[in-house]
Amino acid sequence: MTLEELREVADNERARHEKFKHRILYCAAAGCVSSGSVAVRDTLKATLKENGLENEVEVLGTGCMGLCGEGPLVKVFSDETLYQHVDETVARRIVEEHLCQGKKVQENLVDVSDPFFSAQQKIVLQNCGRINAESIDEYIAVGGYEALAKAVTEMQAPDVVEEIRKSGLRGRGGAGYPTGLKWGIVRKVKSDQKYVVCNADEGDPGAFMDRSVLEGDPHRILEGMAIAGYAIGANQGFIYIRAEYPLAIDRLKLAIKQAERMGLLGNRIFESQFNFRIDLRIGAGAFVCGEETALIRSIEGKRGRPRPRPPYPAERGLWGMPTLINNVETYANIAPILANGSAWFAGIGTPKSTGTKVFALAGEIKNTGLIEVPMGIPLRKIIFDIGGGTTEGTEFKAAQTGGPSGGCIPKEHLDLPVDYESLATVGSIMGSGGLIVMNSTSKMVDVAKYFMDFCVDESCGKCIPCRVGTVHIHTLLEKISRGEGTADDLALLEELCVMVKETSLCGLGQSAPNPVLSTLRFFRHEYEELLKAREGFVPSGNGHEPVGSDAQGIR
Amino acid sequence: MTTPSTTAKHPSGDNRFKLLDRAITKHQSRGDALIEVLHAAQGIFGYLENDLLVYVARKLKLPMSRVYGVATFYHFFNMKPMGTHTFVLCTGTACYVKGAALIQKAVEHECKCKFGETTPDGNVSLVSARCVGSCGLAPVAVLDNQVAGKLNPESAVTRIKEWQKQPEEVAA
Repeated sequence: MTLEELREVADNERARHEKFKHRILYCAAAGCVSSGSVAVRDTLKATLKENGLENEVEVLGTGCMGLCGEGPLVKVFSDETLYQHVDETVARRIVEEHLCQGKKVQENLVDVSDPFFSAQQKIVLQNCGRINAESIDEYIAVGGYEALAKAVTEMQAPDVVEEIRKSGLRGRGGAGYPTGLKWGIVRKVKSDQKYVVCNADEGDPGAFMDRSVLEGDPHRILEGMAIAGYAIGANQGFIYIRAEYPLAIDRLKLAIKQAERMGLLGNRIFESQFNFRIDLRIGAGAFVCGEETALIRSIEGKRGRPRPRPPYPAERGLWGMPTLINNVETYANIAPILANGSAWFAGIGTPKSTGTKVFALAGEIKNTGLIEVPMGIPLRKIIFDIGGGTTEGTEFKAAQTGGPSGGCIPKEHLDLPVDYESLATVGSIMGSGGLIVMNSTSKMVDVAKYFMDFCVDESCGKCIPCRVGTVHIHTLLEKISRGEGTADDLALLEELCVMVKETSLCGLGQSAPNPVLSTLRFFRHEYEELLKAREGFVPSGNGHEPVGSDAQGIR
Repeated sequence: MTTPSTTAKHPSGDNRFKLLDRAITKHQSRGDALIEVLHAAQGIFGYLENDLLVYVARKLKLPMSRVYGVATFYHFFNMKPMGTHTFVLCTGTACYVKGAALIQKAVEHECKCKFGETTPDGNVSLVSARCVGSCGLAPVAVLDNQVAGKLNPESAVTRIKEWQKQPEEVAA
């Protein structure tokens, strides 16, 4: 395959699209499939046939269209009309009224001028919900694999690394390590064999960004990994993906096969000396395998237990060889950066956190689904403009980011810009992008207990602070939530949290106390209200007037 | 006794071992493909019993301790047979916030067994998952590999009742 041949494929595909009068896209991501989008597809096709339109209108399945809570979603592409809650009756009406008579089905129309759509900026999700995820031709038609061609044929490997470094891209898995720096380190290590690994072990409960990208635009990840392989001098890549995502696994398998058939993966890519292959490795349900050293063990077919770093995987990773590990979303940013230049990317977001971030909005919020916003956007804008605020009749209490490693952000900090540093100042983390909104029905002690229960279960058991500490924290939280805790228990809880945080071996243990610490910081009164009333005990208040606890103490 | 060749039938006469052998050959009997092989084994047999683990260990030339260690480490592998139907309740954060705990209680009451167990008649297995990634539809459960969203305790129990009815209907 040469660049000219690639462009020919793109031209042919675009010409094929123009032959159709309309293209109807239905969301074929896991969310909409479970609300019945497959039946919608069948009805659309059958109705088109009844009206003799089957050769004029193409029906195709795409990746996530974003508004997951309102599915199944259907888009008529000729005029970008988006329909929500489409069932078989509505599907029939779309064909008969919209396509045949030019009258839109008003009841199910989605207002695309709503901030949910207009306040977003899409780079990673550019193709999600717009192209058929199972067709490599469609990906090529929107400029896919051009960035790989440019890297392999026009650029030297160090220049690719430099371009990524200049873009300011930081790891989207949560920690925010500068991607260009990491690539540079792996590139400089001398070794006959290096590996590129994509971490698709999206274990945070409440996060589904990576799944949506893999299901909606799998070739983007393959292209990003191949560019990484070229930049660091690796010829083998692995995608480590959760077994819980069967649809994403199928789409990736298909995508790899298609890319190999076209010569975009394999030997002599774009007729250069560069060879690159990608294999899938399926996880088996262990949260700790999202930690890079545990993930490496798991790829090697062992129990996923982390090991102390250094040496970092960049020096000694998979089978002892230098290994580059990045998150799905990080790889998804690579091709656009090379195609549009690092200056374009660095101009988006804030100077220290460039680009965009994908968030999965869920919980007690009106618009649940997948969004992508520029870094530095205030949290308030995400929740109240894009998310439409909390569900009917409830009041916002806290937003949880970073899953079991993150924290809860109260309403005092709603104007906080969303970037790596700002979130850290309030004791939370960017995390992989799960954003869960809680209202007044959520009790913060129970929330902390919920996350600690998760960590107790998922601790691999290798180091003692995490294995034993999390259990003790959980026991204390149980005691407090039963109303049997004392002020001493609360003090012990805090001490334990700090100890587990400081002495655990890997990221799981080091961040496990975060939900407890952050709820203690902002919702301490909720803990204190539950403490056993004891004479002489004065709640600290923490800016909130504790309700009830004082009165009980006096009685 | 003859030495077993790769094409020999498993002594139990169970043809499913042939399928497993094929999966092992696909990975060139490499030890680092252990997790892939266990996935295949569970797909074929439904669960991983000790004899099966011994078989895998021999084939991949790995110590039994390593195979057992890996099989028990990962949540995805079952060491016990599953029921005819499985009810996988998502306990992710979004589902938690939206009241998955109430569904859990209602379902446990209906099945008279806890999550992680199978009903005594072997009809329904209750499993909890950390997150199935369909948070937009919370609370979510996966019923026999079909994702069901926006559940409430009543609708969840209704679905289970349907499963419990079916065998009788078939008999009738």
